[in-house]
Amino acid sequence: MGSRFNPYDNNGGTCVAIAGVDYCVVAADTRMSTGYSILTRDYSKICQLADKSVLASSGFQADVKALQKNLSAKHLIYQHQHNKQMSCPAMAQLLSNTLYYKRFFPYYAFNVLGGLDSEGKGCVFTYDAVGSYERVGYSTQGTGSTLIIPVLDNQLKSPSPLLLPAKDAVTPLSEGEAVDLVKDVFASATERDIYTGDQVEIVIINASGIKREYVQLRRD
Amino acid sequence: MKLDTSGLNSIVPFSGTDDGLEENIHLAVSSFQLPRTTDFDGFQKKAVEMVKPAKGTTTLAFIFKEGVIVSADSRASMGGYISSQSVKKIIEINPYMLGTMAGGAADCQFWHRNLGIKCRLHELANKRRISVTGASKLLANILYSYRGMGLSIGTMIAGWDETGPGLYYVDAEGGGLKVKGFLWIRITVRIWGVGQYRYDMTIEEAAELARRAIYHATFRDGASGGVASALWDDVGELHYKYYPVVPSPVEQEMVEIPVS
Repeated sequence: MGSRFNPYDNNGGTCVAIAGVDYCVVAADTRMSTGYSILTRDYSKICQLADKSVLASSGFQADVKALQKNLSAKHLIYQHQHNKQMSCPAMAQLLSNTLYYKRFFPYYAFNVLGGLDSEGKGCVFTYDAVGSYERVGYSTQGTGSTLIIPVLDNQLKSPSPLLLPAKDAVTPLSEGEAVDLVKDVFASATERDIYTGDQVEIVIINASGIKREYVQLRRD
Repeated sequence: MKLDTSGLNSIVPFSGTDDGLEENIHLAVSSFQLPRTTDFDGFQKKAVEMVKPAKGTTTLAFIFKEGVIVSADSRASMGGYISSQSVKKIIEINPYMLGTMAGGAADCQFWHRNLGIKCRLHELANKRRISVTGASKLLANILYSYRGMGLSIGTMIAGWDETGPGLYYVDAEGGGLKVKGFLWIRITVRIWGVGQYRYDMTIEEAAELARRAIYHATFRDGASGGVASALWDDVGELHYKYYPVVPSPVEQEMVEIPVS
């Protein structure tokens, strides 16, 4: 009677994504932990899958790495077969199916997919671990998500989902304002979540391409 | 136990060239990977507890003079945390058939999409639309082969076919029921006695009844909430009461090649 092999571990971390009118911001902290120890302060949870799609995942990073490789391979085949890059909504469906194929031995990965749709509008897709997904205006996953999401609801939630016609899910904030909001929420989450901190990697996708920014956070 | 894994075959174009890479991907996805463990049930229980897939719901549907009305709340909960207030629980299988989502969100989304694919293949193979009876039977049979493996789906297939409106209840235990009148699915709360159901209601009365029923359920049930929406299905057209259809951009359309 010993402890059986547990195939999963939780490496912690938090991911956030916000969709704007013509941009999308995807951010994640760079701390990788196990139990009460920090494995590294400098690990990227963000992966660019296509020219307009960026995936941020928290959870078990080994599963995340396998998932990213799986998706990149499928994207490469798609490019060979269709002679074009996958659009963000197509990538979203692919990710959902990939997660569901492991329904009975799930990827322990909590994903947020951000990018631009074919009209150039920002889009964010949020997932659970087995592949149910939804297009939203903003989302967060990971250990700090329960601390961050009420703040984003307060700042970004569309005035009323009951109004007809339904208001657009994307936020009217400008790109700079959205990035500032992201920096603020990460700073706050770092204060109260032991698994979030060190550095936040912010990726901004807009019509002119992909930009990266790093901001230092508390390292304690 | 032979699982019906046809739902997992990727739609690989028949290219004729033996592309080794393509073949491998095809084989790799034609069956669910199962964990190598002596205690499958125990592992599933622990895995579900750990990843906490989103679920929780109140949905209802009924047949009346004008067709079928389907209504649902929009909350998804993961354990005690509300993961979303805006989940689409009414899934369009095709332009004249709807499915409701109750139970595991990913399970319902995946298998409804799979059912939509099968219905479309049926149309192409048989040159006529599939009946609601047929569609619900397809789904029930697939779910039956996954019986006992922990899928959590309680869904109502509502639609319109040549014989008129149809409403069927299908769940993950492989059960299926034909429904003549009123049917609701909830996870914890009863919504009896909410209003008078009559077969010859007008559309507005039916929508109002549907919405009120969801409202009463969400009032008492922590796992249900968000937005109550009612969709009504009539001879091939869908009218959205609350959230308008955003037509998903069509990336490629199949064009009929004129037969020479």
